[in-house]
Amino acid sequence: MRPLEYRRAEDPRRAVTAVAGRPGAMFLGAGTNLVDHLKLGVARPDLLVDVSHLPYDKIEPRPGGGLRIGAAVRNSDLAAHPLVRQHYPVLAQALLSGASPQLRNLATTAGNLLQRTRCPYFQDVTTPCNKREPGTGCSALEGYNREHAVLGASEHCVAVHPSDMAVALTVLDAEVRVLGSGGERTIPITELYRLPGDRPDRDTVLKHGDLITAVDLPGLPMAAHSAYRKVRERASYAFALVSVAAAVQVRDGAITDARVAFGGLAHKPWRAYRAEEALRGVRVSAAPGDTLAEATTAAPIAAGGAASTGENAGGTSTVEDLRAAADAELADARPLAHNAFKIPMARNTFVAVLRGLLREEGATR
Amino acid sequence: MDASIRLRVDGQWRTLDVDTRTTLLDALRERLGVTSPKKGCDHGQCGSCTVLLDGRRAVTCLALAVAHDGAEIVTAEGLADGEDLHPVQRAFLEQDGLQCGYCTPGQVCSAVGMLEEVKAGWPSQVTEDLAGPPELDDEEIRERMSGNLCRCGAYPNIVAAIRQGAR
Repeated sequence: MRPLEYRRAEDPRRAVTAVAGRPGAMFLGAGTNLVDHLKLGVARPDLLVDVSHLPYDKIEPRPGGGLRIGAAVRNSDLAAHPLVRQHYPVLAQALLSGASPQLRNLATTAGNLLQRTRCPYFQDVTTPCNKREPGTGCSALEGYNREHAVLGASEHCVAVHPSDMAVALTVLDAEVRVLGSGGERTIPITELYRLPGDRPDRDTVLKHGDLITAVDLPGLPMAAHSAYRKVRERASYAFALVSVAAAVQVRDGAITDARVAFGGLAHKPWRAYRAEEALRGVRVSAAPGDTLAEATTAAPIAAGGAASTGENAGGTSTVEDLRAAADAELADARPLAHNAFKIPMARNTFVAVLRGLLREEGATR
Repeated sequence: MDASIRLRVDGQWRTLDVDTRTTLLDALRERLGVTSPKKGCDHGQCGSCTVLLDGRRAVTCLALAVAHDGAEIVTAEGLADGEDLHPVQRAFLEQDGLQCGYCTPGQVCSAVGMLEEVKAGWPSQVTEDLAGPPELDDEEIRERMSGNLCRCGAYPNIVAAIRQGAR
């Protein structure tokens, strides 16, 4: 590790100036990802500006509905907040499925958004990696790529974004508030992350010195019917192979609005606009005894195994429609040597989450 | 580069100069001789360095000491009042919740912090009803303790110890 200067920021604008004016400077939140990168040699800053003590630690209702989440709010506080649990269950569930409790007690909202991929080659400085060192090549492309992308990847990088929280924020149409050298601006979370293209070293559209100050959630009544489901190699404390965040609205026996995003499939949380389009208008049959009424949300799906939804030989048209919606989104998926399983896993998880939500909707109507 | 910091460790204020790159774990162990937090993976994956940091359980291997100037830290050693053990520590002994013992100080701190989180009504990934107060059954204990690994595999007795400690 190279020598490191540390400054505790007292003022947001001065923090931005300090980092923007020095190429080797970085912001420090809790450091749960960055300190690891210092040890591994993945990050080599010469100045850390600690922004975790700035007054961004509040969760506040916004006039007109919605919530403003401060950038320094800890993941555990956000997941436990009564308004989040009540109005945005997908967000609480996504947070609670991430990391471990003693990491969530440290990790911040902004730090969670800006954590880096867990691609093993990115974290191993002895191997080529275009994200860590542009131009050196991608070791995962022809190497171990079980955990890697099936959507939106490039020949330069097949890494996936690791955050669960960001997948939930993507279906909620959250907005990210940013303070930069030019002042304040707002970026829709669906535009924050980049696909790798030929610049996989850039995860986001943020410029050096841009400081995330808050995340705004819109007032979104349908978010009360939302859920997050994560499929991974073990029951807890592991990154997603596939995850699905979804919210639905049903009126008069049909889906009138749906929002879905995938995690674990791409370089960014993957908002499934095509699937959403296909879901609108789907008739919901919830007669007792049909397959939609079966419990499908409780048991986690074993990695690589068949989904608990099974084949539904005599399945309802609703389930067929859900599958078709998933397939519409996954039509462009391109597997690598070791991750073709992600495509059926994503489809099955999508169907399981949607069925669970529709069943819940049926029960409350 | 060095910085002067103060930490309140197990009830005692300590002042020390640390290199800015020093983790909280190394500051405790190597600089202050507080060795109950253990270095397992040193990458935030095993939980053996868990302490109560400003009242909450946290890993110390991914925290920079300089960023926690002024913090209050309670380690497994500080949970006991001399020879008088904390109820969770006693439960680990009575339920035989350990084999080699290396992960135990982290397990104990994590369990104490976890019980406070349950008392505060925090849900977990396996909590069915996000609105209601969580009920601490074995499934909840396992999920809430998933950040602490035990290479000896003493998990069944760790769960039993925490069940006892929660009473």
